[in-house]
Amino acid sequence: MTAPLERTRVRWDYSPAPESADHVRLRDAYGVFVGGEFADPRSGTSAPTVNPATEEPLAEIAVAGAEDIAHAVSTARAAQEKWAALPALERGKYLFRIARLMQERARELAVVETMDGGKPIRESRDIDIPLAAAHFFHYAGWADKLSYGLAGRDARPLGVVVQIVPWNFPLLMAAWKLAPALACGNAAILKPAETTPLTALLLAEICQEAELPPGVVSILPGDRATGAALVRAEGIDKVAFTGSTAVGKDIQAALAGTDVELTLELGGKSANIIFEDAAIDQAVEGIVQGIFFNQGHVCCAGSRLLVQESVAEAVEAKLWERMQKLRLGDPLDKNTDVGAVNSGEQLERIETLVAAGEEEGAVRRTVSCELPERGHWFAPTMFTEVSPVHRIAVEEIFGPVVSLLTFRTQAEAIEKANNSKYGLAAGIWTDKGGKAFEVAAALQAGVVWQNTYNHFDPTAAFGGYKESGFGREGGAAGLRPYVRVR
Amino acid sequence: MSPSRRLAVRKTYKLYVGGAFARSESGRHDPVLDHEGSHVANITRASRKDARDAVKAARKAQPGWAGKTAYNRGQVLYRAAEALESRGAELADLSARVRGADGAAEVAAAVDTLVHYAGWTDKLGAVLGGVNPVAAPFLSFSMPEPTGVVGVVAPEEPPLLGLIGAIAPALAAGNTVVAICSERWPLAGLDLGEVLAVSDVPAGVVNLLAGRRAELAPALGAHRDLNAIVDASGDPALGGELERLAAETVKRVLRIREPDGEATAREDSLRRLEALTELKTAWHPIGA
Repeated sequence: MTAPLERTRVRWDYSPAPESADHVRLRDAYGVFVGGEFADPRSGTSAPTVNPATEEPLAEIAVAGAEDIAHAVSTARAAQEKWAALPALERGKYLFRIARLMQERARELAVVETMDGGKPIRESRDIDIPLAAAHFFHYAGWADKLSYGLAGRDARPLGVVVQIVPWNFPLLMAAWKLAPALACGNAAILKPAETTPLTALLLAEICQEAELPPGVVSILPGDRATGAALVRAEGIDKVAFTGSTAVGKDIQAALAGTDVELTLELGGKSANIIFEDAAIDQAVEGIVQGIFFNQGHVCCAGSRLLVQESVAEAVEAKLWERMQKLRLGDPLDKNTDVGAVNSGEQLERIETLVAAGEEEGAVRRTVSCELPERGHWFAPTMFTEVSPVHRIAVEEIFGPVVSLLTFRTQAEAIEKANNSKYGLAAGIWTDKGGKAFEVAAALQAGVVWQNTYNHFDPTAAFGGYKESGFGREGGAAGLRPYVRVR
Repeated sequence: MSPSRRLAVRKTYKLYVGGAFARSESGRHDPVLDHEGSHVANITRASRKDARDAVKAARKAQPGWAGKTAYNRGQVLYRAAEALESRGAELADLSARVRGADGAAEVAAAVDTLVHYAGWTDKLGAVLGGVNPVAAPFLSFSMPEPTGVVGVVAPEEPPLLGLIGAIAPALAAGNTVVAICSERWPLAGLDLGEVLAVSDVPAGVVNLLAGRRAELAPALGAHRDLNAIVDASGDPALGGELERLAAETVKRVLRIREPDGEATAREDSLRRLEALTELKTAWHPIGA
C-alpha cells in the first residue's frame, strides 16, 4: 500500500462581491409627489433616510403633513374621474408602461432598495424588483378584463384610495397596492414607510416617465403621524394597509362608522410544520427560506417551526448546521444571505423578545459570526425547548429568529399551528399528498405552502385569516378590494 | 448623389416557417397588385407541402411554447405589440399605398389586440378553471391547457388586424399556429413575420403562408396532426368545408364569421380563447 497523500489544507472562502452602486443617482432631497410633480412639503419638515447597514444618510425626505394630505386628496379626486373614464385598455397600457420602466430600471431599483432597507442585493435583485414589475404587468392585463375576474359583474372603482406600505418589501408592497387600484380605475395616495421611502419615490419618477396622468398616483412620504392623519383624511374612499397588527387595529377602529372601505394585511406568527415523512434536507432549506429570508422581516415568515418528535433531533441538528453557513454582512454583497436589520428600533424589538425567550426558559442558540461595526445587525438565532406560551412562540418577532416546537400527531400539529391570534401563512412538509391537503384544509391561514415556503406570484392571492387582516392581494381576488361590484 | 436618383432596394416577400424566411418549395409565385391594378411585388406561392412543413414546425415548437410560464408568454406577446407599434407607420403607409385603405387605424387596432391578449395569458386559469367542490374528500381542480397546433385562415380584409385577431388568442392560450394570410392582400401578413421574428416569439410558434386560399385551406383542414382550425375567411362555403374536414379528426373549429373591426377581437376574446383550450380536471385525495 502506498502512503496516504499529504494534503494541503485549502480554505475555500468567499471574496467580497459587492454590487456596484455607482450608477445610482439619488437626489439630495425628495419632496412629496402630488399632481405628477415633486414639491416641497407644505408642512415644511423633512427627515433623512438612512442606510441601516452603514447608518449613513442617503437623502433628505419630506414628511407630509395635513396640508399635503388635503392637497393630495383633492388632486386625486379630480384626476380619478378622468382616469376611470379612460377606455380600460388605455389604463392598462399605462400600467404596462410602468412595468416595462421598472424592468428597465431594475438594477437601480434593486441597489436603492438594498441601500435603503438593508436587504441582501440577491433578494432585491431576484425577488423584490422582478416581482414588483410582474405585478404591474399582471394587473395591466386585468384593466380591460375586470368583469371576467368579477364573475361577469359590472364593476365601478371606489374612488380615492389611501395605501400605506411597510418597510420590509418597500417597492413590492407599493406595486401590490398600486397596480390593482389603478387597473380598477381608482386614484391612489401611497405612503411609503418612514425608513424606506426611496424606491417609492423612484416609482414616482417612473410614473412621470410613463406619462401617467397627473394626480392618479400621489406619493406622500412621512412618519406615523402622516399615516394616522392620512387614514383619517376627509374625502377618501378606501384604505389599504400593510403593516403591524397594532396599527391595523387602530386604523380599523378609526374608520368604524364611516363609509371608507378597508383592507388590512397585518402580522403573522406562521407555523412551518415538518412531518416525519418529509424530505428532511429539502425541509431544512425550506425552514431557512421561511425564516431567514429578508432577515425574517416577513409578515408570513415561518417563525414557529413545528417538527414531529421522531425527526426533531435530526431537523434541529441539520438546521443548526445549515444556519452556520448563512453569510451575514454587507447587503450589497452578492454572497450575503442575511443583511442588516431595517432600523435601530426594529433591532431593539428583536433583542427584547429574544431576551424574553431566554428569561422564560427557552434555549437560545445564535450563530457566532462577525457583525459589522456600524449598522444594525442580528445573527440568525434558533430557540429550542420552546413552550407554546412563551412570548417567542406567540408574538411576532419580525427578525431572523426561529422558535422550534415539537408535536407527536397530525392533530396536535394542526392544533398548535392554529393556536395563534394570527393566520397569515403556514408551511407543510410531507411526502404524502393526501396528508398535505388534509392539513392544509384544517389550517387557519390565508396561504399554505406545501413542500415550499415564501413563494409569491402576481396571480396567487395573498392575505390573512384572523388578526392577520382581511382582503386579498394578487390574482382576480386582488381586484375585489378596489371595486364596487354591481 | 441626390436622394431622388438613389435606387430603392426592394424586399423579397417570403413565407415564414420554423422561424426562417423561405420561398415555397414549389418555386411558384403570385404577383400582388395594388388597388388600382398596378404590380407591387411578387410573393412566393405556398404549396400543400409548405403547409405540411409548417405544421411540422408548429408541432415541434408547441411543447416549448406551452411550457413557458404564462407570464413569459404574456411578455413575449407584449414585445410583439411593441415591435408592431414601432413599424406602425411603415405598415400603415403600405396599406394606404397598396389597398388605398386607412392603414393607421388598422395597425393601431392590431397592436391593441396584441396588448389585450398579452394580458390574457396568466388569467385563463382563473377565468376558465377553478376548484371543484366535489362531494368526496378530494381536491379536484380544472385548468385550461392549450389544444395544440392551430391552423388559421385569415380574412381577406382587414389583412393585418384579421390575422392578428385569429392568431393572438391561439398564442395567448399556448398554442402554435400555421396561418394562411389574406390572398388578395398578403403583404401585411408577411410583414408580421418580420415583427414576430424580432419579438422573442420562438421559431415555429407562428408560421405564415401566402398563396391561394382554395389550395391551402383544405390542406390545413384535412391535416391529421392539427388540433384546431380558426376559420376567419368569412366565406361560408369554405367554412362549411373546413368543418366537414375537421370532423375526420375531431378538430376544434372556431369560426370568426364577420371581419374583425377595431375592437371585436378583444370583445370576443373569451370565446376565442376557450375554443382553443382543453380543460383538464385533476383529482387528488385529501386525507389517507
